Amino acid sequence: MRSQGWFARGALVLGLVFLYVPIISMIVFSFNYSRLVTVWDSARSPSFRWYAALVHNQQILGAAWLSIRIALVSATAAVVLGTLAGMALTRFGRFRGRMLLAGMTTAPLVMPEVITGLSLLLLFVAMAQLVGWPRGVGAVTITLAHITFCMAYVTVVVQSRLAGFDEALEEAAMDLGARPLRVFLRITLPLILPAIASGWLLAFTLSWDDLVITQFVAGPGSSTLPMVIFSKVRFGVTPDVNALATIMVLVVATGIAISTVWMRHRQRRLERDMQLAAAANL
Amino acid sequence: MTANPMSAATPSASPDPAAYVRLARVTKKFGDFTAVDEVSLDIRRGEIFCLLGGSGSGKTTLLRMLAGFERPSAGSVYIDGVDMSAIPPYERPVNMMFQSYALFPHMSVEKNVAFGLEQEGLGRDAIRRQVGEILDIVKMGGYGARKPHQLSGGQRQRVALARALVKRPKLLLLDEPLAALDKKLREHTQFELLNIQQRLGVTFIVVTHDQEEAMTLGQRLGVMNHGKIVQVGTPSDIYESPASRFVADFIGSVNMFEGRVSEEGTGFVRIECGELGCAVRAERAVACGHGTTVWTAIRPEKINISRRPPAAGAAGAENAVRGTVREIAYMGDMSIYLVQIDSGKMLRVTLPNITRGGERPLAREEGVWLSWHGSSPVVLTE
Repeated sequence: MRSQGWFARGALVLGLVFLYVPIISMIVFSFNYSRLVTVWDSARSPSFRWYAALVHNQQILGAAWLSIRIALVSATAAVVLGTLAGMALTRFGRFRGRMLLAGMTTAPLVMPEVITGLSLLLLFVAMAQLVGWPRGVGAVTITLAHITFCMAYVTVVVQSRLAGFDEALEEAAMDLGARPLRVFLRITLPLILPAIASGWLLAFTLSWDDLVITQFVAGPGSSTLPMVIFSKVRFGVTPDVNALATIMVLVVATGIAISTVWMRHRQRRLERDMQLAAAANL
Repeated sequence: MTANPMSAATPSASPDPAAYVRLARVTKKFGDFTAVDEVSLDIRRGEIFCLLGGSGSGKTTLLRMLAGFERPSAGSVYIDGVDMSAIPPYERPVNMMFQSYALFPHMSVEKNVAFGLEQEGLGRDAIRRQVGEILDIVKMGGYGARKPHQLSGGQRQRVALARALVKRPKLLLLDEPLAALDKKLREHTQFELLNIQQRLGVTFIVVTHDQEEAMTLGQRLGVMNHGKIVQVGTPSDIYESPASRFVADFIGSVNMFEGRVSEEGTGFVRIECGELGCAVRAERAVACGHGTTVWTAIRPEKINISRRPPAAGAAGAENAVRGTVREIAYMGDMSIYLVQIDSGKMLRVTLPNITRGGERPLAREEGVWLSWHGSSPVVLTE
């Protein structure tokens, strides 16, 4: 037992070190005054020099704003399409082409990103020649590409939630006089909302940090944040990238903390209610 | 009314003017599997009709066709004289109480009950008033703001009932309404359901696999097997005069022997039972010829058990056999005796424990005589 405890603790420490040392070193170096990333200027550090520089960097601010807009639009569109696909796959039994649809929606999950990006680029070029839309590559094509692969993730999340859904609830609503659209809006949608919300968050983060597929379908003047960071790093890591990354880590960590606290609170309330009900039963 | 399945099979020939729900040769197939097989049935206005059957007998499919969730493969369903074939569930004058209750988990009790009324476009005040009324009827008045997961099983059952009744349907379908409740609560709820049904004058169709539930709730029962209704009748009709071996065996417990008709008199038949080792004189008019193979069914509580042979009038060789007590199960209100008769067959006999410790009770391995009255055996030809 003793050796097991020692082993578990060791594994935990190693794992944490492995995961977080790179991030922590990045955060520490973001407060470095020196222009050279690897040299710690102990005389003038810590400083917010690079955070201040960030505010004036129009290139990075513009790229961040573009990334946010693309992520918002593609997450939202992916949620709508993914929910529909998830509904079709779980609800309509065995229709013609079900296997095909199931395969197609999950393909982007396993397809190498390079191939997805390349094939999307070829598609957009061909479409531009045939129907004249989309005209050139840029924000529009990036958004379309992001919707494509984000939708696959949303479908999987929504589908698993619907698989555990008691269809008697929908039948009961229909029995009480609600038409199918009403049943969906009043019963189904509210109950799968947690899955849709987590699907949206997942899609947002996927779109926000995608680099490979974006590279293929981006054009001049449509550089997303990951693209800007990547191109800057190619000429050597600059300290303002550290500052930018630190801000991103902070935002993500806050989001996760809030959602964890909220979920735990809900879970606790649910457990307490169930205990009350059980007590009332006696 | 003693309904036999033959008259129920041809309702168009003898339409019951009081029939509120009519199933006319309704069949439902799922692929190659026939879940419901040409069922015809009339259900009167205001009655409680129980569909009783084992799992896979087609009773739930029948109920779902009445609610509109399944479409018959053939035949039609009429409610109040209107053909329901093309009418979707949300337009039928029918409400259903689901086995799982299917309460909407994200809505309060009040909202759950109000849902049906909201679909009718009723005003807020009218909805609030009617929801309050129905919650009072099911004695859930103070629980309007609770969520379903904050309720106990019995309370959920009441809310489900209120939700199904609030639209004042003329027909309420109940799918195993008491299955999820514990025994004490079931008995209580059973009588309350009857009470509510009487007060509101709703026609109830109840699906259940529990014969006790069916007997206490139902004014008439329909016993289902393999997608067919094998017998329709009042609970006592079905218990005392089962139409077939399946029904006799399914409802309650029964001792059954194969035998041959040896004599046919007026109002009685004599049956030679090799398995029993005595002749059975059954005081029933049975339409079967001399020498036909029949089955004699005797309920365990209709057999007398005694240490001495029955009175000489019973002639010894008729309706009386000798055996040995092999097992005794004391149940409190009654005892079950398993008696091995001289032919080797085991018989089940139940006796109420009327006196308290007076007489010396029967012991295991004690020799006894079993006898029964001539009106007790049921003679079955199928």
